[in-house]
Amino acid sequence: MLRSGFTRLLCGLALLGMLAAPARAALDEAKVAGLAGDFQSRLDTIEALGVAGGDDARRVLDALEGGRLGLAAGVLVIVAGDSVVSAATGEKLDLAPAAAETFTVNNRVRRALGTARAALALAASDRDVRLSAARTLADNTTESLLPMFERALAKESDDEIRSVLARAAARVNLASADAAKRLKAAEALGESSDPAVKNLLAALLEKKDGEWVEPSSEVRAAADMAIHTIDRRIATAEAVGTLFSGLSLGSILLLAALGLAITYGVMGVINMAHGELLMVGAYATFLVQGLFRSYLPAYVDWYVAAAIPAAFLAAALVGVAMERLVLRHLYGRPLESLLATWGLSLVLIQAARVVFGPQNVELANPVWMSGGIALAAGVVLPWNRIVIVGFAVFVLLLIWLMMQRTRLGMFVRAVTQNRAMAGCVGVPTARVDTLAFAIGSGVAGLGGLALSQIANVGPAMGTGYIVDAFMVVVLGGVGQLAGAVWAALGLGIVGKFLEGWAGAVIAKILVLVFVIVFIQKRPQGIFALKGRFADM
Amino acid sequence: MRTPLTLRILHSTPRAGWIALAVFAALTWIAVPVAHAVLPEAHPLHLSAYTVSLLGKILCYMVVAVAMDLIWGYAGILSLGHGLFFALGGYAFGMYLMRQIGRDGSYQSDLPDFMVFLDWKELPWYWAGSDSFLGTLLLVVAVPGLVAFVFGWFAFRSRIKGVYFSIITQALTYAAMLLFFRNETGFGGNNGFTDFKRILGYSITSPEMRATLFALSAALLMACLVLGRYLVTSRFGRVLAAIRDAESRVMFIGYNPLHYKLFMWTLSAVLCGLAGALYVPQVGIINPSEMSPANSIEIAVWVAVGGRGTLVGAVLGAGIVNLAKSWFTMSFPEYWPFFLGFLFIAVTLYLPDGVVGLWRRLRARTAPATPTVPAPQQSKPQAEARREMQPAAVPIESNRLPAAKGAEA
Repeated sequence: MLRSGFTRLLCGLALLGMLAAPARAALDEAKVAGLAGDFQSRLDTIEALGVAGGDDARRVLDALEGGRLGLAAGVLVIVAGDSVVSAATGEKLDLAPAAAETFTVNNRVRRALGTARAALALAASDRDVRLSAARTLADNTTESLLPMFERALAKESDDEIRSVLARAAARVNLASADAAKRLKAAEALGESSDPAVKNLLAALLEKKDGEWVEPSSEVRAAADMAIHTIDRRIATAEAVGTLFSGLSLGSILLLAALGLAITYGVMGVINMAHGELLMVGAYATFLVQGLFRSYLPAYVDWYVAAAIPAAFLAAALVGVAMERLVLRHLYGRPLESLLATWGLSLVLIQAARVVFGPQNVELANPVWMSGGIALAAGVVLPWNRIVIVGFAVFVLLLIWLMMQRTRLGMFVRAVTQNRAMAGCVGVPTARVDTLAFAIGSGVAGLGGLALSQIANVGPAMGTGYIVDAFMVVVLGGVGQLAGAVWAALGLGIVGKFLEGWAGAVIAKILVLVFVIVFIQKRPQGIFALKGRFADM
Repeated sequence: MRTPLTLRILHSTPRAGWIALAVFAALTWIAVPVAHAVLPEAHPLHLSAYTVSLLGKILCYMVVAVAMDLIWGYAGILSLGHGLFFALGGYAFGMYLMRQIGRDGSYQSDLPDFMVFLDWKELPWYWAGSDSFLGTLLLVVAVPGLVAFVFGWFAFRSRIKGVYFSIITQALTYAAMLLFFRNETGFGGNNGFTDFKRILGYSITSPEMRATLFALSAALLMACLVLGRYLVTSRFGRVLAAIRDAESRVMFIGYNPLHYKLFMWTLSAVLCGLAGALYVPQVGIINPSEMSPANSIEIAVWVAVGGRGTLVGAVLGAGIVNLAKSWFTMSFPEYWPFFLGFLFIAVTLYLPDGVVGLWRRLRARTAPATPTVPAPQQSKPQAEARREMQPAAVPIESNRLPAAKGAEA
């Protein structure tokens, strides 16, 4: 740590020095002289310039590629319009452009130029440029590029680029004639978690015409070790990745199920239009994005934050309208309520189709939510999913506070446990129903907001979630927040692991079968309210 | 000594009902087949192939509605998965139809086209027996029956009911739909079965075959109505209605609701399977979208529109909604979901006993002197009679709310 910090400091100082020195005198005459020599020396010089780096090297290479580099009076010059400048120093020379004999660029030169440019790009400030440069170089490496890799490695702070560079360097070393170098490279590669590196090492352990590709048994043993380490690391990273996607699926399920748990707990009514409340929340997010794009383009990245109240309110309003206009009149008839809310869901879907069109609408992830944390090659934890997990925790906390710490929450719990008794002791059950429905619907709207960041937003986006959300409620136990949390996470994670093992459809079916079997054993869910009831 | 079965069946339906059935039989067994297959096309009374298969399709839906009504209206179990049993019956018969294509498919192979397309070399084991007509009839009954029996046994044994049961049946049909959408499942994936050629060697598109299938559907519907009527007026039906209205009380008296519910549930599924088997050759296609939850829940709305707890209501409801659907999807396709959605809401809010309940209310208003419940219907269970007298509120069920919720919670 200390050493690398020190190296970085040194590099920084060197850079400062480079900047401070007058750019003109940066290139040694001897360095560019090779360009005037025979074909091979020209190729070597191009590579050396790429390795050396710097603005002047870039200038010379640009000129060569553009066919503006040439010889005039024995001096390497660059023709720039009407004037001629020295290639090495950039000083203006007193020569006519016509006097310069420019070099032709053939394919091999062009290829060498490509490599050199990539080498130059390794010092770029833009991460993506560096990454693509490192990838280009890693694919066709030669021993002469090695010092440049090592230098770039010392400077590089981005993990993904570092791994590409390290792999490239190790590949060069593995091809080295020196067995000690190969051994070191094989050992160093064990640090990687890249399947491509594994293939590289596995190639050493093959036999060609009865001979080992790698003659030294020591190196082979080291390679074998490294492969095992890499395998283990990849497996761990993949397990963590699956766990995480299960977690993120679980938090979506939780957001969808929390609202349902409240409304079902309070009223004993399955709101089949609950999925459509997700859709309402997602479309509200879409509208907020549109408003930001038109009126506040500078803050467009923060439309998601502004959409939180909008999505909640939109879904809550639709929910209240549903409760007041329809469900209120169906109390005590849960099966009819089921059908009526299904009708509501059909109407809402078709309304969305008419208003917003049947196609999915386009919602952009804010910049701060794109990208992700790379665990290993191919296993990335995307930021948007991480944010959603955090958001679910946040919503859960709010709901928990509401349920446990407020008067309304107490009423909601009372009505959930025993409506008649709650009414007898003065709880305004009708008002509690409306408010609980509003909150439950609002939470569904928040679920829609979260969903809009990772899935398509279209009129029918909610239909798939009602069954899953209900499974969570059933599994967790009615009216139990803790139950809903465990059930959502459990179903999400188990579902994702099964998916990796048996495919998405079979996983879905297995989860359904599991829930049905589970209800055999515990008809009231993981967490049941205690009490003595009989339905007479 | 007990009355012989035939007499009991005869008595279960009032005379007006038998007359209505006879008229219906005359229409569907004689009038429609003659109008379609015998009259020349130019004749004003000729029925086109489109009309006959549309009517045949609706007859099959009516059978499904009756099956749904038997389990929902009379046993209080709302299934949102009846589309699955319908589709299973359809698939079972579809397998036979696929085998009857023989070498006339696009690939001229013994295997159905989709298997050739998937590069399969032989039929999967579960296609065994699909080339025999009798074996297929057995499958049509056995597959939905068995699935319903196993599922129902597990569900009713642990006393899953109410919305729990409804949602789990929905999950069941959803899972089955996903399964059938897969190509590897061996039922044609997305496209399902289509391009049928013949049944028992006769062309499936000939007017005679169409008329026969239509008459068979009508026969099945009538059989369902007579059987259903007999069941719901029997002692069995009364116990079932009692379970519907107060399950715990029935248990305390000493009945085991499991057997009653399971029998009705399985019977209902088998009826759906038979309807599906007759539906597929008339419509010419079966695919997994028949199992979509939306289809199953639509069945419930047919029954609700007609009036649950009355067999005639189920038939009427299926007819009304499906005719409306055909008309809407032809004239204003984009408004059909609105209409259907509002129908769901309006029927549950304003017509809890459906069209039949409305008719009874109107009759009670115009002729207040006549008793609400007509004489032949007095043999109905008491609970149901009470329901009919007070169509707007269901007394026992609304009393149940606090207690039932407690038990669920």
